[in-house]
This record gives sequence, structure tokens and C-alpha cells, in this order.
Amino acid sequence: MESMQFFGAARLVIVAGKGGVGKTTVTAVIAHAAAAEGLRVLAVDLEGKPVLRDLLDGDEAQQIRQHPIEVITITAPEALADYLDGHGLKRVSKRLASSGIIDVVATAAPGIDDIVVLGKLKQLERNEADYDLVVVDGPAAGHAVTFLLAARGLMNTVRSGPIRTQAQDVLDMFADPQRCQVVLVGLAEATPINELVETAYAVEEQVGVQLGPLIINGVDPGPTVDENAAVGNESLAAAAAFRNHRIAAQHAQLDRLSSELALDRIVLPQLPVAGITRDDLDVLASALLSQIAEVAG
Amino acid sequence: MTALDQLIRDTQIIISCGSGGVGKTTTAAAIALHAASSGRQVVVVTIDPARRLADALGLDGGLSNEPTEVTIDPPPLGAGRLSAMMLDPTKTFDDLVSQYAASPERAERILANPFYRNIAGALLGTQEYIAAEKLYQLHLDPRFDLVVVDTPPTRNALDFLDAPATLTRFINHRLFRLMMLPARGGLKVLNIAAQPVLRTIGKVVGGDVLADAIAFFQAFEGMEHGFRDRADAVSDLLHASVTSYVLVASPRRDTVVEAQYFADRLAESKIDVAALVVNRLQPRFGTIPTEQALATADSLQISNPQLAAQWQNLGELSQLADAEEAVIAPLVAAAGPGIVHRVPLLRDDVHTIGGLREIATHLFDGPPQE
Repeated sequence: MESMQFFGAARLVIVAGKGGVGKTTVTAVIAHAAAAEGLRVLAVDLEGKPVLRDLLDGDEAQQIRQHPIEVITITAPEALADYLDGHGLKRVSKRLASSGIIDVVATAAPGIDDIVVLGKLKQLERNEADYDLVVVDGPAAGHAVTFLLAARGLMNTVRSGPIRTQAQDVLDMFADPQRCQVVLVGLAEATPINELVETAYAVEEQVGVQLGPLIINGVDPGPTVDENAAVGNESLAAAAAFRNHRIAAQHAQLDRLSSELALDRIVLPQLPVAGITRDDLDVLASALLSQIAEVAG
Repeated sequence: MTALDQLIRDTQIIISCGSGGVGKTTTAAAIALHAASSGRQVVVVTIDPARRLADALGLDGGLSNEPTEVTIDPPPLGAGRLSAMMLDPTKTFDDLVSQYAASPERAERILANPFYRNIAGALLGTQEYIAAEKLYQLHLDPRFDLVVVDTPPTRNALDFLDAPATLTRFINHRLFRLMMLPARGGLKVLNIAAQPVLRTIGKVVGGDVLADAIAFFQAFEGMEHGFRDRADAVSDLLHASVTSYVLVASPRRDTVVEAQYFADRLAESKIDVAALVVNRLQPRFGTIPTEQALATADSLQISNPQLAAQWQNLGELSQLADAEEAVIAPLVAAAGPGIVHRVPLLRDDVHTIGGLREIATHLFDGPPQE
């Protein structure tokens, strides 16, 4: 029930965060956890990279799921071509694409590539017949806020026409917390936390979209190690001191985050692996689900 | 002597590249600091530094287009000097326009055009192109003999190399050539807008945007040669032998894949990776194998739980180090072990000159030498 409050909160969840914080992992974990709760989940990749599909499309996991997770890729050029097709420009869209003019259109009105992608996401969000939850591995690096701001930007530059209508529809979706939320991902380190706080303010104030709980990735689950137990073994002592220092530093950053941002927070444990694989999703999804229960309770 | 030791003696440009979050900026700053300490006149160009690193480099003033000298202690050897700058892409682009415009009035018209403001901020690859352009300017600047540049965090790490070509393609595009037709005789803006292809675009983006675009290209007319020649020169410099590429990765499966992809693309452009830096590796404590540490932990579980926890911890850290080593192995093999530099995960985030020096101890053999 509690988890349904989280997953049912918004039909479209856009996962955003700076490069290297584990955005794709978190997208996969949310999709996996929601599917485990019996939801019909669509996971969307915006970069045309195989990572998200690799994490979610394992045959065994898909067979166990009540509703297999659908994974799709939406890229700007395809979305733009689709958009033109859908707006009575089918005949020209092919010619536009082959002559490279699509790139030029995207340049003429920056954000147009983002808006057609957002428009697609809006369509998927509206598709209640097929999906309960659409979770999007958002754009990388510093691009997240720009991506989300595309709709507002175009409302200012494009004063008429279908793109303006599209931008308006996207803004309407952003304004409704039951339709769309943004989940920000960060790490428990000084710089990523600073960036997380900045992004959170930018998203709320400039984009006007509801923020879901923050997800902090790769947090050492502890506990701290007793440094005094091994007398005379330097390796053990150094390893314990190193681990304890990292744990304390992470806690200090999490405390700072709490004091700077009044948002619910979910931490995902660091696993002793060099990059998450689909075998790790279960453990991360249960961490997510158990904390959702706490947050909701 | 590490590959980077060799590099800071021989090369004139070092480009730090890799995917987001792997420590490109920190690596660039650490290399620049060490090179300056060793007697070179270095400027480091950063794109989007973390605030505290920016502060440490004296960049607390924010974006600037002029390098600021960084006070370093102990002072550099010989004539060594370190300057840093945070790239202001918009300002750099504006300067280029002013430089190539036929007259100040023409420059003014371009700079005030809404379409230009969009291009300067958002044209695909603009930021990358501007970073390359700045690199070119600094390379010619007699105050510096080594330029270290951090590449922008992009969706695609290759944009940097392709940026000059992207700009040239953009300028050469027949659509723009059409828009650049001089507005002579009766051929007014509106007539150009009536061309079928432009009419189609106008339908999609709206007439105002199109009118701005046409006005921009008409003001731009005549400048495209200057821009194109410049883009060619920048591209040549990116491929020149004085330019060296340092590939930065972290020991995570996805960033290793990206690094490998980037290395392949550099190879296609006939560019060698001069050095590979793997950041944030889990340090090892002692030489006890993982299995042995974990087995010892198990055996002590009941008799001495505190000690067991310590062995367990040693085992877990060592397990992580093993996993990381396995993940980076193909990258290390492909790069050639001789150019690999391993930087351990430090106890604290790096955001001081002292922290950069600590990183440098893992990149270079011994203290700075002239």
C-alpha cells in the first residue's frame, strides 16, 4: 500500500542527476521495484545507450515479473521526425531528414529537440491503457535542467504554431504532480551534494515540476568497524580507519543535505561491485521499497 | 618516469577527456599544478569546476575570459607559473563575432539578434567548439607554453573532436547559404522566407524564429570564410602532434565502456591516447588475498566478533578492489599498461591545492623537477 503511494504518486517519473551519480542504476531500480509490485512499467532511455536495457531486460527477471518491463529508446532526431509526420508534414519530413535539415531546425529553435522528446513522454504518460508507470533515465550531466526548461524557453521564443501548443501541453503536465515528478539522484559527497541542492532549487523554482524523494546512491551501509580490536595488525587497522572515515564523511554530507533540503530521502547501499549489474537489482529494489514504507509511514 | 612525466616535458597541449563524473577537471588541475611546479608556464582551462575547486584555483570570481594567476606554495621551480580560467562560452563566441565582423555595426547587429543568442548558447557543439577555440588562442599566447584543458561534460564525449567540423558543416549547409543570400534588389527577408523549405521550417518553429534566423544569416554574410578558416585551423591543432590526449576513467563498468569507446574513436582519428588515468580506485591494505580475509572473518565470528568485523571489512574492501581491477583490465590492456596511472580513492574530496598535490603524487614519479 505504502509503496503504491510512491509509485502511484505520478505516472511519469524523470530521473535526473549529474554524470557519474548512478542515474541509470536508479532508473532501473525504480522500474524493477515497481514491476515487483505488479505495475506495468515502461522504462525510457534518452541516450541510445544499451546500459538501461542491459540492466532490465534479463530473460530470467522478465519471466518472473507479472508484467515484463518494456524498455524503449527515444532520441531527439527520431522524435522530431515522428513529430513532423504527425503534423501533416510527413511528405517533407523524409526529405528534411535526409538533407540534414532536421539538425538545422533543431538549431533554429534550440530546445525544439528537447520539446519533441518531452512531447513523446507526455504521450506515453497519457497512455493509461498500457502503462501504470513511465520511468525515464533523464539526460546526463548539466543538461537536465536545460532539458526540463525547454518548454518554458520555447513559450518565450516561439509565439505561434504547433511547437508552442506542444510546449504548453508539457508545461501543463509539469504543473500536475499526479502526472509528473522529477527524482533527483546524488552521491553522499561534498560536490555532488552541492550540485544536488542547486539542481533541486533550479527544478522547483524555474521548471515548476514536483520533486519526488531524493535518492542518494552508493551509501556505505556500515556499521563502523571497531578500530581497536586488532592490536599489531596494520592492514586491519588501516582498512578499518579508512572505512570509518568514509562512513563518517558520508553521514556528514547526508546531515548537511537534510539541513539544506526539506525533501524525503532514500539511500541506496553501496555494493562491493564495480558497477551494478542486473543481479544487483533485487537487493537495491528491496532497499528502495523498505524505505518507501518508512517515508510513507 | 610515468607517461605523464614525459608529457609535461614534451607536449604543448594536454586535453583531459572522459565521461561525466570521472574526475576530468581534478585530473586536469593536478597535471597543470605539477607541470607549473616543474617550471612550465601553464594555463588550465576548466569548463564547469566544482565550486570549491574553483575557489582553490582562484576562480571564485566565476566565469572569465582572462587567465588568472594562481599563487602556489611552495613556489614553482624556474620560470614556472600556473594560471587558471573558467571558460565563458558566450563571451568567447561574442569575441569571435566581433573579430570577424566587417564592421562594429555589423557585429552589433549579430550580437543583438535573438537567433544568435540561441546559437551561442545552444547550437549543438557550441560549447565544445568554443573550448577548442579558446585552446587555440591560448596555444598562440606567448605567456604560456603548456595549455591543459578540461573537456565539457557532454552526452557524447566525441563532440569535442568533432566540434570544428560541426560548425563548418553548419555554416556550409545549403539552407544557411540560402538564408545568407544578400538582400539585394527586391529580395527581402519575406521573399526568402517564402522558399518552400523555409516555409516548412517556419510552419514548425513559427515565423518569428525564422525571421530572426534570416536576419542573423544576413548579418553573418561575409564572415563565414573567417569562421570556416578558423574552424579548420582549430581542427588541425586538435590533431597536431603538439596536442596530447589524457583519457580519464573511473573503475565502473559503464565509464570503462565509455572510455574504451572514446579511445577507439581517437584511434579512428589517428590520435593516440598519451596517458590513461583511472581515478578513485579502492585502495588495498596489505597483501592478504580477499578469500583469506573473508575466511578469517568467518572463523572468528563467534570467538572474537570485533576482530571478525575487522577481517570482514578488510575482505570487503579487497573484494571491491578486485572487482574494480577486473573491470578496468580490458581498458588497461588496450591502452598498454605503460601509460596507465592509478589514483586511489582518497579519504576526502579533493578541493584544495594540497589535495591536487596528493593526486599528483599518483600521476607523477616523485616531486616536481625542472
